[in-house]
Amino acid sequence: MTPILQLKGITKRFPGVLANDHIDLDLRKGEILALLGENGAGKTTLMNILYGLYQPDEGEILIEGEKVTIDSPTDAIKTGIGMVHQHFMLIPVFTVTENVMLGEETIKYGDFLDRKKAAKRIMDISEKYNLQVAPNDYIRDLPVGVQQRVEIIKLLYRDAEILIFDEPTAVLTPQEADELFSIMRSLSDQGNSIIFITHKLREVLDISDRIMVIRRGAVVGETTPDQADKNSLAAMMVGRDVNLEVEKTDKEPGDLVFSVKNLIVADKFQNIVVDNASLDVHAGEIVGIAGVQGNGQTELVEAITGLRKSAEGKITLLSQDITKASPRQITELGSAHVPEDRQADGLVLPFPVAENLVLCTYYKEPFSKGVILQYKTILDHAEKLIEDFDIRTPSAMTPVSSLSGGNQQKVIIARELSRPIDFLVASQPTRGLDVGSIEYIHKRIVQKRDEGCAVLLVSPELDEIMELSDRIVVMYRGQIIADLPNKEITKEQVGLMMAGVLPEEALAEGDQHAVEPAL
Amino acid sequence: MDKKQEKQKDAGKILIEELNQDEKESATHKRSFWNVITIPLLAILSGIIIGAILIAATSTSVYAAFGQSFGKGITTAFSEIGSAYASLFTGSIGDPVRIFSALFSGDKEQIYKAINPFLESLVQATPYIFAGLAVALAFRAGLFNIGVEGQLFIGAACATFVGYAVKGLPVYIHMPLAFIAGGLGGALWGFIPGFLKATTGGHEVINTIMMNYIAFRLTEWLLSGPMTRPGSGGMPISPLIEESAQIPQFFPSPIRFHLGFFFALGFAWLIWWLLFKTKWGLNMRTVGTNPRAAKYAGLSVAKTTMIGMAISGGLAGLAGAIQILAVNRSMALGLSSGYGFDSIALALIGNNHPVGVVLASILFGTLRNGATRMMVVSRIPIDIVDVLQAIILMLVAAPAIIRTIYRLKEPKEEETTVFVSGWGGGQ
Repeated sequence: MTPILQLKGITKRFPGVLANDHIDLDLRKGEILALLGENGAGKTTLMNILYGLYQPDEGEILIEGEKVTIDSPTDAIKTGIGMVHQHFMLIPVFTVTENVMLGEETIKYGDFLDRKKAAKRIMDISEKYNLQVAPNDYIRDLPVGVQQRVEIIKLLYRDAEILIFDEPTAVLTPQEADELFSIMRSLSDQGNSIIFITHKLREVLDISDRIMVIRRGAVVGETTPDQADKNSLAAMMVGRDVNLEVEKTDKEPGDLVFSVKNLIVADKFQNIVVDNASLDVHAGEIVGIAGVQGNGQTELVEAITGLRKSAEGKITLLSQDITKASPRQITELGSAHVPEDRQADGLVLPFPVAENLVLCTYYKEPFSKGVILQYKTILDHAEKLIEDFDIRTPSAMTPVSSLSGGNQQKVIIARELSRPIDFLVASQPTRGLDVGSIEYIHKRIVQKRDEGCAVLLVSPELDEIMELSDRIVVMYRGQIIADLPNKEITKEQVGLMMAGVLPEEALAEGDQHAVEPAL
Repeated sequence: MDKKQEKQKDAGKILIEELNQDEKESATHKRSFWNVITIPLLAILSGIIIGAILIAATSTSVYAAFGQSFGKGITTAFSEIGSAYASLFTGSIGDPVRIFSALFSGDKEQIYKAINPFLESLVQATPYIFAGLAVALAFRAGLFNIGVEGQLFIGAACATFVGYAVKGLPVYIHMPLAFIAGGLGGALWGFIPGFLKATTGGHEVINTIMMNYIAFRLTEWLLSGPMTRPGSGGMPISPLIEESAQIPQFFPSPIRFHLGFFFALGFAWLIWWLLFKTKWGLNMRTVGTNPRAAKYAGLSVAKTTMIGMAISGGLAGLAGAIQILAVNRSMALGLSSGYGFDSIALALIGNNHPVGVVLASILFGTLRNGATRMMVVSRIPIDIVDVLQAIILMLVAAPAIIRTIYRLKEPKEEETTVFVSGWGGGQ
């Protein structure tokens, strides 16, 4: 049987980079092919070629054995190729039907939109694949998971049979991700073919029929979930053995370093976003805050680090009241903060690496004497950290904007962890990073913990929380609904609680099922 | 006409090719240097070409010549353009022939006269440098100071007052005192919108514009009321400042070249040092580039906003003070020919860098100065220089146009200029 889609010898060069190097790819009808690779491996370039955004320098694309040229996304959709982007292309104030129709309006009596007819078709598609989308809902009212399904409907509405999913789970809760996987399964069962781009190993093993690994623009291996495991995939992806399990010895927590008592934080609309939260972090302990994004973690961290005023409650660091302290006072007490949004908060992108490495300390000796900055000291300091933390940059004076995401994060990690600190707040420290960088950053955080630092880790990635934390706190709608040692809780139970299931029920539920080990 | 444009374009392309070739071989910092100056240079070149077309298109003698024959029309057009630009050159830099003959004659007065156009261009550039630095510094701190013109007027008024009302001081005290008074006046005028932004969030663009109106009317009242010159009959003009307050001119009248030009260069150096060598400067640039990261790093955005606006206003005030103390010697309403507004453009062309501002200021001073002669000699309206400046600015502000005309490649990294962050960035 001819594959529904074939790529032969696709090559794409950018100035100085070979983004795709003679890539061959077959996609069979009704299969889910996972395309696995680190950030910058060339997955996205390849898919953009397939989607008509780039033209390949060499190679050809065949659909059902026939050669095609794809010049634009419109061409792609005509040949039956559709893409679900990581960032949705939906208009919030339009209904599902209007969004789906956009660009392909169903028309009656000349120029009038035939919403009814379109809505009927959307219902049909929704039922066929069990998507559970109501055509007349407004996008702004829908949860992220449902919005993604609207994106899928948009493609099916245009008769796409080859669906490309670009990092689709990045924005989803674990439960939503599971729902997405069952939808993908039902799509493939009914004859659609799927290319699934990701760098998350667990997902690849869960859902795909076949796995292709890309490294530095070339295909380095092909396997199936039966023949592979996380470690072998990671090794293929990175090109060396990767230790996914964080090596972490049990350790008795030390003295109380940080505590929050009955904290209430309001957002700018005076909605309570952190509701009566209390938690403690001891020396040599990693406390992980699990929770779907938007459940008050961001505001909690901002209150802790002095970036946001809290309405009520008390925050203590090293037995000092820091409830009303400024960010600089808190930093000077010996705390470090890896911010959630590294580009918005953690870095000044046009500034050189060296200046970003002293962002929180440049005003002090030895980096300034009097008012004069000591650029020599700043540069020496940068050289040392670049070496110590393995930051890949052409020079210390390179603008941090031209570094890869992983190396940008390393700049922040280097800056925050190289100071003498007793308390570290790490908010989504590995967001959007590849396996190699994740491994490295995890190691560094655990190392800090072993040195006796108290660590508060916030992450929507359940795997990360489970791997690193000594104790797990679950946040749901601004409240801390559970606070348990890692050993006493399973991943499924935490996942359920993240979705709002009461702890008692979640713990009971978890016990009934055969529980898979935490990792 | 088109032919000429073609030719010039080719020259531009050749230049680009040379630049690009250079790029491949040279080090990174050199490349970024070229990146920075390519656009302004090409914008100036394009402005001159478009200006040439306009000169020909607005000349009646060119139309008359075209009436006779096509060839004659073309020749006349070229001679018109040639004469216009030649007078622009001799008016702003000087007539080379005259300079040489003066040098050979060895007559001091002749030499002074021959190089006066160039010196006069520097005189014109002086307030531009101060005003341009004011805008550039504010931009670096993430602030749009549109109120330079008003701050300049207030600065001038303060300098004038100290200049004529305080009597009996020696030069080395009185002159700096009047100069500093101008700076403080401008600083106060800049601080007010900075304070409003920091405390209430009122946008500085609106508030500085409004402060301009207040400044204009306030100085008008001052000059026709409390500060009016006795016996002027209600004319809005101030008394002459004391001799001890004057910034000295180097040569006998009519050459106006004065010490203030070197003050301007000194301040350009000072601002460069402040911005790039001190922790205050890093503080300001961090707030200006990424206020959220600044907050994260423990900086006070509000404080920096107030200080930034005050320093910026102070520089603008110095622009006014220098004009009074070194050139005008008394204050009248026609003090500024739009220095404050042109300065926004200067900062843009100069990429908000003190060196760039100085170069752009000298360019503008030269154009302004040469334009006067162009009008007298070639009967080209002085407004053509305004048009020229406007075109250059549009091209600098929209680099995409230049890139399209000259087929330049988009720089690989987006250059994040402070202009982008300013409008929405600083809260």
